[in-house]
Amino acid sequence: MARHRSVRGMNYDEEYEGYFDVYGHSVEEDYCGSPSMDQYMYDRSKQPDMSAFMQTVDDIAEEDHEVQDHGGAINYPLDPMEEGKLQSCLDELRSVVGESVSETILIKAIRDANFDIEDALKRVLDNSTSSSAAVSETAPLPQRERKHRDRNRKEKETDDPESKAVALEKVREEIQNMALSHGFPGAALKVVAAKTSKRSHGFDIPSPASDSTPSTPRPYDRLGAVSPASSTCSSRRDDSPGAEKIGTPEETPSPIRAKIKKKVNAQEEYQKERGNMKEKVNLVVIGHVDAGKSTLMGHLLYLNGQVNKKLMHKYEQESKKLGKQSFVYAWVLDETGEERSRGVTMDIGQSHFETEHKEVILLDAPGHKDFIPNMILGAAQADVAILVVDATRGEFETGFESGGQTREHALLVRSLGVSQMAVVVNKLDNEKWSQKRFEEVKKTLSQFLIKHVGFREADLQFLPCSGLTGVNLISRPEIEELRSWYTGPCLLEVIDRFQCPERPVSKPFRMPISDVFKSVGAGFCVAGRIETGFIQNGDKAMVMPQGESVLVKGLTLEDVARHSAFAGDQVVLTLSGIDMALVTMGSVLCDPANPIRVTTKVQARIVLFNIQLPVTKGFQALFHHQSLCEQAVIKRIICQLHKSTGEVVRERPRCLTKNTSGMVVIEIARPVCVELYKDAKELGRFMLRVGGSTVAAGMITEIL
Amino acid sequence: MKLIHRNIDKDGKGEVTLMPDDPEDIWHAYNLISEGDSVKGSTIRKVQTETATGSSQSNRIRTTLTVCVVSTDFDTQACVLRLKGRNIAENPYVKMGAYHTLDLEPNRKFTLGKAHWDSVFLERVEMACDPTQNADLAAVVMQEGLAHVCLVTSSMTLVRAKIENTVPRKRKGNAAQHEKGLHRFYENVMQAILRHVNFDVVKCVLVASPGFVRDQFFEFMMQQALKTDNKQLLENKNKFLLLHSSSGFKHSLREVLSDPSVQSKLADTKAAGEVKVLDSFYSLLQNEPARAYYGLKHVEVAHQAQAVETLLITDTLFRSKDLTERKRCVALVDGVREYGGTVKIFSSLHPSGEQLDQLTGVAAILRYPMPEIEEEDHADDSD
Repeated sequence: MARHRSVRGMNYDEEYEGYFDVYGHSVEEDYCGSPSMDQYMYDRSKQPDMSAFMQTVDDIAEEDHEVQDHGGAINYPLDPMEEGKLQSCLDELRSVVGESVSETILIKAIRDANFDIEDALKRVLDNSTSSSAAVSETAPLPQRERKHRDRNRKEKETDDPESKAVALEKVREEIQNMALSHGFPGAALKVVAAKTSKRSHGFDIPSPASDSTPSTPRPYDRLGAVSPASSTCSSRRDDSPGAEKIGTPEETPSPIRAKIKKKVNAQEEYQKERGNMKEKVNLVVIGHVDAGKSTLMGHLLYLNGQVNKKLMHKYEQESKKLGKQSFVYAWVLDETGEERSRGVTMDIGQSHFETEHKEVILLDAPGHKDFIPNMILGAAQADVAILVVDATRGEFETGFESGGQTREHALLVRSLGVSQMAVVVNKLDNEKWSQKRFEEVKKTLSQFLIKHVGFREADLQFLPCSGLTGVNLISRPEIEELRSWYTGPCLLEVIDRFQCPERPVSKPFRMPISDVFKSVGAGFCVAGRIETGFIQNGDKAMVMPQGESVLVKGLTLEDVARHSAFAGDQVVLTLSGIDMALVTMGSVLCDPANPIRVTTKVQARIVLFNIQLPVTKGFQALFHHQSLCEQAVIKRIICQLHKSTGEVVRERPRCLTKNTSGMVVIEIARPVCVELYKDAKELGRFMLRVGGSTVAAGMITEIL
Repeated sequence: MKLIHRNIDKDGKGEVTLMPDDPEDIWHAYNLISEGDSVKGSTIRKVQTETATGSSQSNRIRTTLTVCVVSTDFDTQACVLRLKGRNIAENPYVKMGAYHTLDLEPNRKFTLGKAHWDSVFLERVEMACDPTQNADLAAVVMQEGLAHVCLVTSSMTLVRAKIENTVPRKRKGNAAQHEKGLHRFYENVMQAILRHVNFDVVKCVLVASPGFVRDQFFEFMMQQALKTDNKQLLENKNKFLLLHSSSGFKHSLREVLSDPSVQSKLADTKAAGEVKVLDSFYSLLQNEPARAYYGLKHVEVAHQAQAVETLLITDTLFRSKDLTERKRCVALVDGVREYGGTVKIFSSLHPSGEQLDQLTGVAAILRYPMPEIEEEDHADDSD
């Protein structure tokens, strides 16, 4: 420290004699010594990405400081409190003078002025003009004396508001002078302006006349903001002894600004991170059991180069051994032994691949009736869907009749918010690529999908395929029978053409947990899709409904470690600070400052499907919401609504029968995390299921 | 339950002496005893005696007390019924009017006196004493990560264990964790079965689940039994019955019980019968809403027109503290019987009874459609 102290006595102005000749450089580059700790601290704050953050901290310090400043007890070297003051003053000054004045000078001036911004500003400007003009005559005076002088000045100011206004006028003039007195003002100022962006605008308005004209509005022009206030409101300031007030009108709005900045940040960050990357789209593959979903997608992955030949060969050999050679491509996505030996997908299979313009996250849903809860989970995470139907005569019909899953899946994905869908008419090779059959299937399906499910015709795309033989997957078909009548795109092109939905990045962070598992290292992992907002590595988050706070220690996207993730991403987070047993599937990770609401009772608008039993009061059902599945009871039926117009058809009906719509109150057995539909669609939707069939889809209108 | 003594006079006043045999009988007793009844039973009471010199001594004394019941408390898990009341019979140790709480336990007889034994009570006594009506059944409903181990008797479904484990999902190249989690879950379910199911009593264990969970679980359990040489499981292998259910939640037990292959196994089909009636009520409500009504008021209106074909009612209503409401229900039951209708009294401990409870507790299937009920009542509905 002794070394540092000796520096304080130094004549800075001498050191900086040639300073203004080297404008292009920053001060630090030339100046190698470390005069004081304060200076060191400022260095950090000058780093561009930190400055936004630092400022918000400073604001708080400034407020404290206002109250205490008049105590007058100032000790050198500085204590932490004063360091804070110093920082805030420095920021203020910087905003006025930009980078043109060295920070050592600023600090000195601030100290001399006893942390009085206005005073300090004046000193700085005095100083800089004189220093640039000739050799310094303002060698640092003994501290005691300066302090004394300072106190005098302060008293003078408080006694005489007139003189203060005059002083301010002087400041302004001085700035002007400084600009003019400079050897090459234009060029130098330009350099400064480029370096410090908006803040240096202060130099562009030298005269008070331009201040008063509203034709040059500069939102970040601090001096401009100060000057009219100080000149017109001098009478108002009479009662305040300190001159810090000058800072106050500016400081008050700054927290708000900081908040806005954060929001903008989310959007900006997103642009920055993802702007030059391919768009991400979550794709779910649905359809009746044995329609060939896994095989289709497995083959597509293989052809697209996601699965290496060696592995494929291994699968081929093994599936041959089991006598299930036709399942070879499905094995790419069906990984558990159970799924392979039974030849049925049971849980969502996840994979990803890239097309020309898109990065696709593939979710392979199980088609079997018993695994619809898993399928709902997958569909809830998806943006777009592929419906696979078996074109084989008889097979399509069974899949489509009331017992089949084609209908239910289509209804489910639509009510879970998927609006674009491709319909793959699979196994058309069994029908000898007959156009008649294709048209027949297309007609039946499009009628159902448009009329009953509510897809728009423009959002549907039908295409013939063969998953097993791989026709029309990644390239247009070469088979003559098909080429003769089909000229449309192949599957990969269709996927490439899907529109990406808008990502609600700037909303508060929400991520329903769909999986909890042990990680390799410390902590454990949760997986899920970020529905709204964004998260960064090292952020704090909150697990609801448990209400525990956790720390995000790691963040991976498709097995690649990342720094941040945004709404719409399927992400795996490594958490710490909570016991693994506490985190369950269906919990929601959220922003601790803005946690999601937890409730056991909701009011909702439900749309009933084609069901066997009517919904009455006391109806017990399973409440599927994102990855959560919980028992629920319908407590009350408020009214029956018209299905399309939403008008109340009947108040308090005894029951709701099939294909109707109504308002109900639902009580859920355990607390769940939900949002209103109008606030966040993804988290405001739910499904009601009873005995293996989906009864209704609902939207939460009120949390009770 | 054994009926030891019965003395009921013409106008319904009188008493019966009963001996409960198993936990289910305690449930029956809970349904029989209402506030204001007198119950005589053997009990232990701490008595303080003061000698002439003033020193006091406290003893635990077994004595027979008669109390007038003030409140009842039934513990479904332990199957114990506690009756709080005031002493109404002279006793050397306990003053008249002193409070005492009687515990009713299996194999300890008690005498129950009522001012009025109505038809529902008498029916209950009869039902409780029917020796053919005890079929013990264990059921496990499960899905990946959730299982309920229940005991099903003719009038009760008791959840003995609820197992909830988080099973990691399968994930690219990491299927092992999924399988490990699954095995841990199966192990827990197996332990719950071993702990809660008494294979000497239980005739059949139903294992129900969606998908292949039941098969996987059964395979796992038998493998484990072989490994650990668990005789109990190996000998009772054929008692297990694998069935389909849509989920692992308790209410999917309803689906299991309505399975025809279960009904053949169940000596008593009361639980299954309830399920069937309730289902037919619901389907009627869907297809012909004018023939299906619920809520006491609606049903009473229908009854006045002698339209009730089947009355569905839960025993919760008969345990009602409100005596007038109980009377109203009894009158309804008697009335429906008189007009040739059938009455199904649901046990509120079964999932189907639970469901009916939620649906006001009373429902009726009518002989002919009565759309006017709904119309006239549109304005004044209370819930």
